Amino acid sequence: MTTAAALSESPEAGEPFLRLIGVRKSYPGVLALADFSMQVRPGEVIGIVGENGAGKSTLMKILGGVTEPDRGSIEIDGVARDALTVNGSMAAGIAFVHQELNLFDNLDVAANVYIGREPRRYGFLRLVDTEKLQASVQPFLDRLGAAFSPTTPVSRLSLAQQQMVEIAKALSFNSRLVILDEPTSALPIAETDKLLEVIAGLKAHGISVIFVSHRLNEVVRACDRVIVLRDGRTVGTLEEDQIDHDTMVQLMVGRELKVDYEAPAQARGAVGISVQGLRTQSYPFQEVNLDIHYGEILGLAGLVGAGRTELARALFGIDPIEGGQMLVNGEPVRFANSAAAVKAGIFLVPEDRKEMGLLLDLTMTENITLPDLRTYAPRLTVSREAEAAQAERSRTELDIRTSDVGILTSSLSGGNQQKVVLAKWLAMRPRIIIFDEPTRGIDVGAKSEIYRLMRGLADTGVAVMMISSDMEEVIGVSDRVAVMHEGRISGVLDRAECSEHNILRLAVGKPI
Amino acid sequence: MLKKDFGLFALIIVVGAVVAIINPRFLSPINIANTANLVGLFGIFAIGQGFVIITGGIELSVGSIIAILGVIFIDLIANQGVPWPLAALAVTAIGVVMGLIHGLLVTKMRLQPFVVTLCGLLIYRGIARFYTHDGTAGFGFGVSFPNLEWLTTGRTDLVSLVTGGAVPTILIPHSFFFMLLLAAVMWVVMHRSVFGRYLFAVGKNEEAARFSGIRTTRVIVAAYIICATLAAIAAIFFAMYTRSILPSGHGSFYELYAIAAAVLGGFSLRGGEGSIVGVVLGVILLQVLQNLVNLLGIPSSLNFAVMGSVILIGVIADQQFKQFQERRRTLEAARLAAAGHHERHEQPAEEPAE
Repeated sequence: MTTAAALSESPEAGEPFLRLIGVRKSYPGVLALADFSMQVRPGEVIGIVGENGAGKSTLMKILGGVTEPDRGSIEIDGVARDALTVNGSMAAGIAFVHQELNLFDNLDVAANVYIGREPRRYGFLRLVDTEKLQASVQPFLDRLGAAFSPTTPVSRLSLAQQQMVEIAKALSFNSRLVILDEPTSALPIAETDKLLEVIAGLKAHGISVIFVSHRLNEVVRACDRVIVLRDGRTVGTLEEDQIDHDTMVQLMVGRELKVDYEAPAQARGAVGISVQGLRTQSYPFQEVNLDIHYGEILGLAGLVGAGRTELARALFGIDPIEGGQMLVNGEPVRFANSAAAVKAGIFLVPEDRKEMGLLLDLTMTENITLPDLRTYAPRLTVSREAEAAQAERSRTELDIRTSDVGILTSSLSGGNQQKVVLAKWLAMRPRIIIFDEPTRGIDVGAKSEIYRLMRGLADTGVAVMMISSDMEEVIGVSDRVAVMHEGRISGVLDRAECSEHNILRLAVGKPI
Repeated sequence: MLKKDFGLFALIIVVGAVVAIINPRFLSPINIANTANLVGLFGIFAIGQGFVIITGGIELSVGSIIAILGVIFIDLIANQGVPWPLAALAVTAIGVVMGLIHGLLVTKMRLQPFVVTLCGLLIYRGIARFYTHDGTAGFGFGVSFPNLEWLTTGRTDLVSLVTGGAVPTILIPHSFFFMLLLAAVMWVVMHRSVFGRYLFAVGKNEEAARFSGIRTTRVIVAAYIICATLAAIAAIFFAMYTRSILPSGHGSFYELYAIAAAVLGGFSLRGGEGSIVGVVLGVILLQVLQNLVNLLGIPSSLNFAVMGSVILIGVIADQQFKQFQERRRTLEAARLAAAGHHERHEQPAEEPAE
């Protein structure tokens, strides 16, 4: 196609094929991107980092041709223009892999890659030429080192594999530049490694990658160059040997921010919940044994698919258990549904904030009072005043940034949404609370607030369990770390033993 | 929500005014009383349908329930000599059980509401016809139940009653008053009670509701019970109104009237949206439209076509209005941002367009 031709006539490797010069974009009252310049050479991996609101998405939109910059020029193969169109961006060989994947999980890999562009056969019948379709997808999968075939249904693939399908799709457009928007935020450690390998493979084939991420460790490992944005401005461009975690963080937020372990205020208390020989639906033949104490934060690490979320769902009464038992304060309990778990004082902040944690079409107030609504209905009807009063208290307590507690939760930012989920349970005075990926997809500032809140809860004697795939977070926040591997606990590490190395070994099922 | 109800109300007034100008009989006491009666009868079960629709479900067996329970009710009081309060209680209890079964099939067996209630539609209709050997169920000559008849088909002139007969107005059928009372109670249930809030939450996102510790199964089953129970009560009213029931046709398509009324009243078939005022106004509009067909000399065979067209136009207008509002809200947000209300964490700065 056009891009193949463009590639052959493009300047010899090493010369930038894409240049942004002095690009600026403002929205009413906000300078989203100020005098941004960047050049992309073939086979370069460029990291773009910055807090939410730093201007990353605006940059992506400009590159995708969705938004026109106010000023500046975009040069492709030496031809300057004011703005890209969506088609122009595609023709220039720019492809996006978004954080939320746009795959049809009822179709197979090949169908997804060529959706809307299926090869046809049988003349006027124009039926899909399945053989040709599959044959043309295979080379892309080979290039990515994919362990699945074109006929594998997407629903059977892991998240990283699904991203590979998206990348294969990008390659099928003869892309020269693949933009990965937060690709690792939902990936477990081992899958992240796989993705980084894929990036290295793309680089080797002369395909450039722009890597947008909150997870700085991966940025350090993957990128040749990093551009740090803050409030729309480029605050630093780090070349390969300058790229390091602390420098990026310094530039991003203008303050020191690694996850600093905060020790508990007092020694941990008695066992709050004890899981004994518990078997969940996902691993009906594996037994989980685990104690969570009052006053501690227990990290639960492991690869995605190790059964951590399923354990949380079982503890919260969402999924029935296959066997074994749970003791709360030494008393055996069995929850028929989540309502029973809530009654017993066990709360869950689920991993999928938008689909499970919140009702996006309800207001912040309505979300906060939902689990405990009867308390706000002294007589027959719900008292709006009592609800609003609680919402105001929650807003102050958690510093939820909105002027109106009657706002629809869909219009809050990710960090504030997560605080609303938390507020639901804090209003009910938790004794045992489980966080499943509490900081996924939220910005650095909100993250550290969530960590502080968790520590605050533990210090008031609450038993906290945090499921996380973010190594930095697991090590930086937990008092102890339990690691899951294929449905069972492969080890529990005390604070002193919590190292990346130890956790990784246990996560892949090896002894320390 | 209120604004939408107001729009529907205005539409009813406009349509009513047009009909009244063309044919003044529209405002005659007899016509008003008749229309009020039909609004009452249809309103009773349409309100029930609303509860199911809010959960994202649908109840297609309403018409068949009205047929089968009407036949049973008449048989009990006319042929079996059961005292009518007992018969009414029995029929209502059967309604509760039907709703319970539908609800359990939908929640515990995870069957689709459409399928469950479609089967209900067929089964109940079939049993109703078998029950009477495909004949008509009715009252023998001279059989009467004064109290029951007063309650269901009696008429009272409220204004006249209040003023001691000084200002005679229109005799309004009791079915209408019953429906109003029911609507008032159900308004509190739907819009003010804990159960009502759960209903909307479950309808919007059942998964998230479950993760908030709501017993979603209970909420959904309760909605089906409310629906079938109100259909059972409506069955009694219809039986007393028609006084004879041919089970092959009695109540057929009524579920569709109810669904149409709910949709007109702003319910979303995806669940989570709707109001009692809306569904009642929807019922009124549908009855006014039927009335319009009769009074304007439009061939009554076009009845459904008129209804369908109005609903379609209404839904399209509503959709357009929503899009207009959406655009306005976006502009408003941009203007607010310009006025310096921007906060970094409140709205990601880079995404004002979303």
